[in-house]
Amino acid sequence: MNGKVTLNPKLNSNRHQPSNPLKARTGIEGFDEITNGGLPRGRTTLFEGGPGSGKTLMALETLVNGARLDNEPGIFVAFEESAERIVANAAQFGWDLVALQKKKLFFLDAQQAPDLVQSGRFDLGGMLATIGAKAREMNAKRIVFDAIDVVLALLNDPAAERREIYRLHEWLLASGMTGIITSKTGSLYWYGMNAANRPQPGFMQFMVDCAVMLNHEMVKGVSQRNLRVVKYRGSSFSENESPFLIGSGGLQVAGAREMGHTGAPKGTDIDERVSSGVARLDAMLGGGYYRGAGVLITGFPGTAKTTLAGAFAEAACQRGERTLFISYDSDANEVIRNLASVHIHLKRFVKKGLLRLVSARAVAGSAEIHFMQIRNLAKEHEARCVVIDPVSALAKAGNEGSAYSVAERLLDWTKKTGITLFCSSLLQESGQDREGTPLQISTIADTWIHLTYLVHAGERNRGLSIIKSRGTAHSNQVRELILSSSGVTLADAYTAGGEVLMGTLRWEKERAVEAARDESQLAAKQQRQAIEAEEAEIEVQLKNLQHTLEMKRLQKQALSRRETDHTAELTSSRSHMRELRGVDAT
Amino acid sequence: MNKLPHFKFRLYVAGDASNSMEAISNLKALCRDHLPERHEIEIVDVFREPKRAMAEGVLLTPMLLRVSPEPTRRIVGDLSQIKPLMQMLELHL
Repeated sequence: MNGKVTLNPKLNSNRHQPSNPLKARTGIEGFDEITNGGLPRGRTTLFEGGPGSGKTLMALETLVNGARLDNEPGIFVAFEESAERIVANAAQFGWDLVALQKKKLFFLDAQQAPDLVQSGRFDLGGMLATIGAKAREMNAKRIVFDAIDVVLALLNDPAAERREIYRLHEWLLASGMTGIITSKTGSLYWYGMNAANRPQPGFMQFMVDCAVMLNHEMVKGVSQRNLRVVKYRGSSFSENESPFLIGSGGLQVAGAREMGHTGAPKGTDIDERVSSGVARLDAMLGGGYYRGAGVLITGFPGTAKTTLAGAFAEAACQRGERTLFISYDSDANEVIRNLASVHIHLKRFVKKGLLRLVSARAVAGSAEIHFMQIRNLAKEHEARCVVIDPVSALAKAGNEGSAYSVAERLLDWTKKTGITLFCSSLLQESGQDREGTPLQISTIADTWIHLTYLVHAGERNRGLSIIKSRGTAHSNQVRELILSSSGVTLADAYTAGGEVLMGTLRWEKERAVEAARDESQLAAKQQRQAIEAEEAEIEVQLKNLQHTLEMKRLQKQALSRRETDHTAELTSSRSHMRELRGVDAT
Repeated sequence: MNKLPHFKFRLYVAGDASNSMEAISNLKALCRDHLPERHEIEIVDVFREPKRAMAEGVLLTPMLLRVSPEPTRRIVGDLSQIKPLMQMLELHL
């Protein structure tokens, strides 16, 4: 030990003792989970991908983490970009490459001048000898050959390329280092075309012990990054594509599924209730939402979903709980302004630092990426309550497939961390009162409140109903949600004739009900009589029609009988004719 | 044209690899034919002097450096192709 004090004592305990003798952890969030521990130690791994797919960064981060977390010095051989540029590009991640470069990280500039003059055969033998000497000198445990395709292309001969790949692989094995080779996908040599003109994995993929494909594509205008472990000799791994993002600290790979959640973290009072921010709604729910629950509010545009979200956030902040509010629809300032109009004042809490309001653009990534960003933000802010308005934004832009599992994991995650999650979800304007959610999140939410518009007598009123609330005796009645400058409240719904009455209609009804009772009974009686008369008339019509139908059937039967007779007659006269002519029987 | 330039070469080889051996003999033949009495050849084995190779940015082998006259020129390969070699060395056949 050099006597230096490391910042993180936890990391220190791992020094000189790799956590896994078979695997070299990459330290990349999510990746070590999908590979059950990292890259094969002392073996070679191929990172393959198109330009800008993140392979160089991933290789560099693995090297950096090896040096930082496991005290494994590393060498980075750069064939394409200059070491200087790579270091500059990585500066934003805060890995402190400059300090690492003193002892544990060595960059070798291996770009060849584009106008390199060639005369006859050459190979990588000299390079490997040089690097080998350096590796011994610094006791390197990991090595990256970045953009190997660039140097192999110089050979301009498939046989020579194959020979050099073989040489490199043998050298890596002999060196005992954990090797990473990166290469552009589709570099001529990695892929041959088979009869069906489909790319086939090349020599390189067959030779290495582990191969990871990185992919960066646009799906319906949304940037999506994926990686996939194609092979891993002697180890199980997740075979699925895992989305990843390049965040402020480096790569983050999704797919690190939380193991079956074991309920709320210790110390959480699972019977604790938290206010919805609307006193009468709390009463309806028997005291409020449960701490750590997943709450879902569904409704059409303009049904005051954001208002309820705001009320919840305000109540949380009033309790002094750190809250994260993610708005996919509007700008943070708009949210504050709009909510202020219904007496929900969030600005003060933003100023205090209790509330973090983030406006995110739903089109800016896949559902997985959003999930990771939400988690990052919540961690950063140490949020106890999280509002996502609307969570249906996750299902936008080509994400329909993955959005459900993401929503499920979102709930898993909040449960595990004891965060109370409030999601709103926009329903499609189909005109139908479809009480379902695009993400099917409603099936897993603990409390589900549905908001709707009821149009009556030229008024549009907002209705609120609790569709489910686990573990709570809740009112099953539809209530009227009233928004005004003095706040949000619920009004008792007035039901008459099996209908919930709202707005002016409810007001009138409440007052006129006594007087109108007799009148309405009379009216009902009259209406009933009218209907009965109509009923009788229709019955008569029906009988007439049935009679006509019967007649038609009889006519049809008579007609078909006549046809049969005619045909029989024809046949018999023909056979008679044959007999007369003396035709042989056939 | 009386004073012809003197050539100094440094040839990096990788041990006794066949292309390295060939480069040595090709270079010697070239100098004998075209630069009699006005050349120097230094042969560096990267296995013996890896640091020197790295310092000089020599990774592919064999690699020939024309150290003098300046500026330094490089050529990679076993020197079996004469034409690019002659061009680089500013020699005329």
